[in-house]
Amino acid sequence: MKKLVILGAGTAGTMMLNKLSNVLDKNEWQITIVDQHETHYYQPGFLFIPFGIYQRKDVVKPKRDFFPTGANVVMSEIDRIEPEKNQVILKNNVVLPYDYLIIATGAQIRPEEVEGMKNGQWHKSIFDFYTVEGACALADFFKHWEGGKLVVHVTEMPIKCPVAPLEFAFLADSYFTERGMRDKVDITFVTPLPGAFTKPRASSILGDFLNKKNIHLTSEFNIARVDNEAKRIVSWDEVEVPFDVLVTIPTNMGDPAIQRSGLGDELNFVPTDKNTLVAEGQKNIFVIGDATNLPSSKAGSVAHFEADILLENFMSVVEGRAPSQKFDGHANCFIESGFGKGILIDFNYDTEPLPGKFPLPGVGPFSLLEETKMNHYGKVMFRWMYWNFLLKGQELPVESNMTMAGKRM
Amino acid sequence: MVVATSPAMTLARDADGNLANRADWTKEIAVQLAMEEGITELTDRHWLVITYMKEQFEAKGDAPSIRKLTKESGVETKELYALFPKGPAKKAAKIAGLPKPKGCI
Repeated sequence: MKKLVILGAGTAGTMMLNKLSNVLDKNEWQITIVDQHETHYYQPGFLFIPFGIYQRKDVVKPKRDFFPTGANVVMSEIDRIEPEKNQVILKNNVVLPYDYLIIATGAQIRPEEVEGMKNGQWHKSIFDFYTVEGACALADFFKHWEGGKLVVHVTEMPIKCPVAPLEFAFLADSYFTERGMRDKVDITFVTPLPGAFTKPRASSILGDFLNKKNIHLTSEFNIARVDNEAKRIVSWDEVEVPFDVLVTIPTNMGDPAIQRSGLGDELNFVPTDKNTLVAEGQKNIFVIGDATNLPSSKAGSVAHFEADILLENFMSVVEGRAPSQKFDGHANCFIESGFGKGILIDFNYDTEPLPGKFPLPGVGPFSLLEETKMNHYGKVMFRWMYWNFLLKGQELPVESNMTMAGKRM
Repeated sequence: MVVATSPAMTLARDADGNLANRADWTKEIAVQLAMEEGITELTDRHWLVITYMKEQFEAKGDAPSIRKLTKESGVETKELYALFPKGPAKKAAKIAGLPKPKGCI
């Protein structure tokens, strides 16, 4: 029996388990998936919780609902990977030998990386919305808040879903307008980037949206510390931004097990070949999703596109051929812009987001880099697609690698 | 209006405005690149960081991120921001004649 071990049963790991269970011969392969948590979170839904649009129950399901029947599931924390011995050591010292390994251990927020972020006002007037706990605490806070300075802040790149903080600012504008108190809420978007987003053309268009919605932008702000007493964030070059409520995206890092294995970079992300998805310096270890150090967005759509490429390359490698498929960094993101509208962007390593129609050239129904109601419906509908198709590894009507058809230069 | 006449301005650049050819780099060019970033004088501390960036690039094929700089260059984050305001990793890479670090997306 050949042994495949998948580390992490989030979006990427679950997709790979389903895809590979369908194609690998059960008489020849034993597939094991390892995760320490029973609950699967629909992370894109966290964004909506602070505004009362979703509740906790809308974003959680048991992981087991998405595993294929007969899957070998190990619920345990991972201590470390020993690549030279082809084995994984679990927290209880159980040893899992493997012939092939897929790392899908994701990324998590680490507020303790910034001085003062975690040990004062955390979940009192400083919140994250990248955990269900943070998002729910913020929902409770907003219900009773009477207004003041709302600061939406990105600590450092890379972060999961780089558009989420912008969406948060847009939705906050919409939420406080609909509650009739927008005039009492001053919204500032604070980012270490030179503009609203990572890519120049989208950055300029999204920057205009911030302007239109009367959201102030403070760019190139690299946070040094949170001053809990004076309620302000301070940059390394002593710029200060005061807040009444701080909604921050803390530093995102890979799993501590990656660090313990000596397989990560300074943020515990695994150096990965950006085309083949093979871990650098390894032959039988693949990496997918947020766990990689790829210069692509950390997003479910990226993991989904990677999954198709990884499946092909995995089959090539186990059959003794070189990995043939190349991932192009394709990402596809619905951006909620508030008031029931949304913006869609589609891009890869080399092509920045461009205007046009998606997925059918000239037809749509979605519009790229434009604010439409249909784009919002796409985002809402996606949750259903996620639970019912995507996690189960079924095909969606979108190409894995990006296409220029329908885009305007 | 001051007309810029620095030789660095005539050199080929990439999309980020960094030198397209590392071979074009000299210490004199570095001084001019620093000027473009609003840094009027390169001190020994600047050169310590620039030299470290160049060594890392030779060894690893990518310029180090700010986290790596803080950990390994021997210069604290606070001082890095004082030396290279706003973006130490990005600016030091540019002045060192290297492409923008991959981590800076």
